[in-house]
Amino acid sequence: FIQRLLRIEVSLALKEGRISPTELCRKCLNRIKKTHHLNAYITVSEELALKQAHEAESRLSKGVSKGPLDGIPFAVKDNFCTENIKTTCASNMLKDYTPPYNATVVQKLLDQGAVLMGKTNLDEFAMGSGSTDSAFGPVRNPWSYEAAYREKSGADPDADWVIAGGSSGGSAAAVASLTSFFSLGSDTGGSTRNPGALCGVVALKPTYGLVSRHGLIPLVNSMDVPGIITRSVHDAATVLGVLQGHDVKDSTTVTDHPTPLTGLPDDFDPRNIRVGIPKEYHGPGLSQETLAQWSRVADMFEQAGFQVEQVSLPHTQHSIVCYHVLCHAEVASNMARFDGLEYGHRSDVSSSTEAMYAATRHGGFNDVVRGRILSGNYFLLKQNYEHYFVKAQQVRRLINEDFRRVFGSGVDVLLTPTTLSDAMRHTDFVQEDNRTRSAQEDIFTQPANMAGLPAVSVPTALSSRGLPIGLQLIGPAFQDRSLLTVAQWIEQKVGFAPIRYHGDAGEGEIRVDVLPSTPTVWEKNYLIPC
Amino acid sequence: MAASSAGIGTLLCKNINKQIEIFYPTNRRYTWCVIRRICTSISRFRCQGQIKRKSAPKELVGVVGLEVHAQIQSITKLFSGSQVRFQAPPNSLVSFFDASLPGTLPVLNRRCVEAAVMTGLALDCVINRKSLFDRKHYFYADLPAGYQITQQRRPIAVDGTLTYSHLGGTRRNTLITKSVRIKQIQLEQDSGKSLHDDRRGQTLIDLNRAGVGLMELVMEPDMSCGEEAAAAVRELQLILQALGTCQGHMDEGQLRVDANVSVHRPGDPWGVRTEVKNINSGRNLARAIDYEIQRQVGVLKNGGTVQNETRSFDRKSGHTLPMRDKEGLQDYRFMPEPNLPPLIVYDRPSTAPPCVHPSQVVVLEEVRAGLPELPRARRTRLVESYDILPEHSFTLVNEDGLTDYFEAVVKETKAGPRKVIGWVNQVLLGLLHHHSLSVSQSPVTPQMLAQLLNLQENGQISSSVAKQVFQELWRAPGKTAQQIIQEQDLGIVSNTTEIHRICQKVVDSHPDQVQAIRGGNKKVLNKLMGLVQKETKGRADPVLVRSILEEKTS
Repeated sequence: FIQRLLRIEVSLALKEGRISPTELCRKCLNRIKKTHHLNAYITVSEELALKQAHEAESRLSKGVSKGPLDGIPFAVKDNFCTENIKTTCASNMLKDYTPPYNATVVQKLLDQGAVLMGKTNLDEFAMGSGSTDSAFGPVRNPWSYEAAYREKSGADPDADWVIAGGSSGGSAAAVASLTSFFSLGSDTGGSTRNPGALCGVVALKPTYGLVSRHGLIPLVNSMDVPGIITRSVHDAATVLGVLQGHDVKDSTTVTDHPTPLTGLPDDFDPRNIRVGIPKEYHGPGLSQETLAQWSRVADMFEQAGFQVEQVSLPHTQHSIVCYHVLCHAEVASNMARFDGLEYGHRSDVSSSTEAMYAATRHGGFNDVVRGRILSGNYFLLKQNYEHYFVKAQQVRRLINEDFRRVFGSGVDVLLTPTTLSDAMRHTDFVQEDNRTRSAQEDIFTQPANMAGLPAVSVPTALSSRGLPIGLQLIGPAFQDRSLLTVAQWIEQKVGFAPIRYHGDAGEGEIRVDVLPSTPTVWEKNYLIPC
Repeated sequence: MAASSAGIGTLLCKNINKQIEIFYPTNRRYTWCVIRRICTSISRFRCQGQIKRKSAPKELVGVVGLEVHAQIQSITKLFSGSQVRFQAPPNSLVSFFDASLPGTLPVLNRRCVEAAVMTGLALDCVINRKSLFDRKHYFYADLPAGYQITQQRRPIAVDGTLTYSHLGGTRRNTLITKSVRIKQIQLEQDSGKSLHDDRRGQTLIDLNRAGVGLMELVMEPDMSCGEEAAAAVRELQLILQALGTCQGHMDEGQLRVDANVSVHRPGDPWGVRTEVKNINSGRNLARAIDYEIQRQVGVLKNGGTVQNETRSFDRKSGHTLPMRDKEGLQDYRFMPEPNLPPLIVYDRPSTAPPCVHPSQVVVLEEVRAGLPELPRARRTRLVESYDILPEHSFTLVNEDGLTDYFEAVVKETKAGPRKVIGWVNQVLLGLLHHHSLSVSQSPVTPQMLAQLLNLQENGQISSSVAKQVFQELWRAPGKTAQQIIQEQDLGIVSNTTEIHRICQKVVDSHPDQVQAIRGGNKKVLNKLMGLVQKETKGRADPVLVRSILEEKTS
């Protein structure tokens, strides 16, 4: 009955005193130790976590909960600034950098009493799609160690394991392996949804401008969005409800009040919902199994009375190339501040300022980052600007236009695969370079970033290899709530079983026996009065 | 060595090479009080050189455009909440954003936008209802982000005009009014400062100035010599000060002027231009430009070619020298600033969308309503309402507070404005400059001067005594003019018998002069009058003295 160990259930358990926040925190800390081989965390903030848990415990014992997240363990991708906790971006450049402030999203969660377990691993500066290019080593997908995969593989787990996806691989692995109940990722071209799909968890990229980027060390400012990784759609809605809203420190956040996310309706009429299936997403490289899942869910929609129709987003094929031009250009610009003067790594070379800059940047950044800086600067040169940057922006507008047209025609949500296939073996993945892999892995996810739209990846099934497959829903801007409503419908219908830990009693399992047995019941209970 | 966390204390950058410009802040304020002072001998030559006879072969003339960086007078920086203050302890005014800590984002300061809009309106610019921010990239130790946020593609204001005047003509007493087109005004961030310690081979970085709001005003090359450029900048300075959008002190770096200089023969295309930097006063601006024009003329006359380069003005020698810095040749890799939405200026409060909080809205109508009287309008008003000479109106407006002083005196005295202007522009201003004081620091208040002038108007003291009393008032501001006159017995002598006696004495002791007067040279009478005044310490009624002397010498 612990099949669906949802954060919200834990919240209820905490509230009812069946488990104390300290107990819960310790369990998660133990599990972090047990899953150390996943390399999901760069920094575990054990001391702080216990202190926070203790505070939450005294609040709950007095019956003054701060809300549904009070006492709930969470993890944060290591490219969000955390006050007095190292924030490395998985780079040598920042390996000893401790920010003096909290990112707005982190602060909001701390203000709600959520307990920060640590900072999760990623591709250096979030540049990648496998969480393999980190200065702290690659992240391993927890499903690599599940029976379903191991039975098929037969090889030694240390020789044969699959990637977690990226770049928020650490955050996805942390939630999938139950070391945290939710986590923050960042999503620029799919960096939250991709590992979410590969690790079998729910991964939401909210509408651009709905959630503050202040304190998120940027990859591409015009596309970055803090992402939310959870084990249920409801949890994602709860966390989004806390995070969303205008932030004076981020001028790109919307000023009008967003719809409160206090619960998703589960009694909508499917006949009023139009689901679009974009034909351009049926492209080369899409695995048979992922295609099968896509069809299966589309059929489910149809059978339930949704209006399912094929739609066209004609400029999709150009999206990934333009995404790379814009991404590299912004990377070149954003990385300019890492010169070794004010913070971060500084080389000992001292013959001249320029020599110091060069040595610092060479030593601080990996090949992927340096390569993107180089090409980005090339795209921005006066002689190239029109040809690359301006063109890419024009195509970006066309992609935007494609989505606007489809949503304008009455389609409520688009259903697509999240990735081409299930997770690759690490040894296979590294056969190709980062650029090639990013182009393949972000193919279905980055158009939503180009257009600033909300998108969510929902796990639907395990592949024949025993690895999760996720599908993506894309909605119109600021329709995050409707998007999650449909996502929840899928979640309920597909019955995907997340990783359950059956290790030693009291260690691996959190027993919350009195949970309501059917999802529909807990959904109604999920709004815990505070 | 890895610096953990941001050092907001002194940022130290070891062994940095010496390519970074040094700033020399000085305490002394240089202010121009009279337009005449701007001129240098060279500039006179150049400006006159423009007027050519048609038949003569065309000579090379200067073409001058300016780029002015005006520091916006605001409490906080352009994109952060740190304070703006000159000469604060190093790195004491640095926010996380100013130090470019990763993850920080710019938040536009509304005050800076209003200042730019107001300046734009005062210079008859078109205010762009939508303007954009861009990043300009270059590596520099005092540019922490590696880029400057500026407005390259679409600045906040464009197509304006600056009208300025200077004295010209052969006797330099003709007021010449000209105008220069303002290409654009753009909002941008200031950089920090690098201070070099040559002895220890270190460069110290002070980020107090990093992120302070600047208005960059680009003036079209409509000027032809240093004098014109200096006059244009002086007028701009006055406008900015009247608006309160920039304090305008060049020596404190609040107003920084770079000059683009080239030479050509009228009618020919423009020549290759150089950019002259490191100019810290209006006088040096004129010197630098005129030197550069002459230098370029010299190069061309000797068969050489002018290089497109950046040159630095050396105050001591008065020369411009090429800078090693090849900034001009850099590719800045401009890119739209993705963290700032387009900057929108609304016509009226009602045109702003309802979701935007009123405190976040800049409304053109409101800024326009707040425009103060501008220098040119003020001069016109002074000339028209007080019937004073245009030159005098320039002096009044040029000196901060002098117009108010003048008007206060005029209001409280029976003396006419033309009389008051002489006192204010010459006597008062002379003493103020001599003591390096501003108008507000004058020991003699407008009321004191007005009283003094009234005594003179009433015939209680003579004009020379009035000047004497003014000096006394300056020295001992506690006393009134009346007190000084009584204490020192300076009241006018209108006792006819006494004056008769003195006049007689003078006439008797100067027979030759009396002879000359009688012979028809009436001018000599003035000499005798002077002698009488000397005897009476200037207290005798001049009208009375004249009539007595006339009588005695007839």
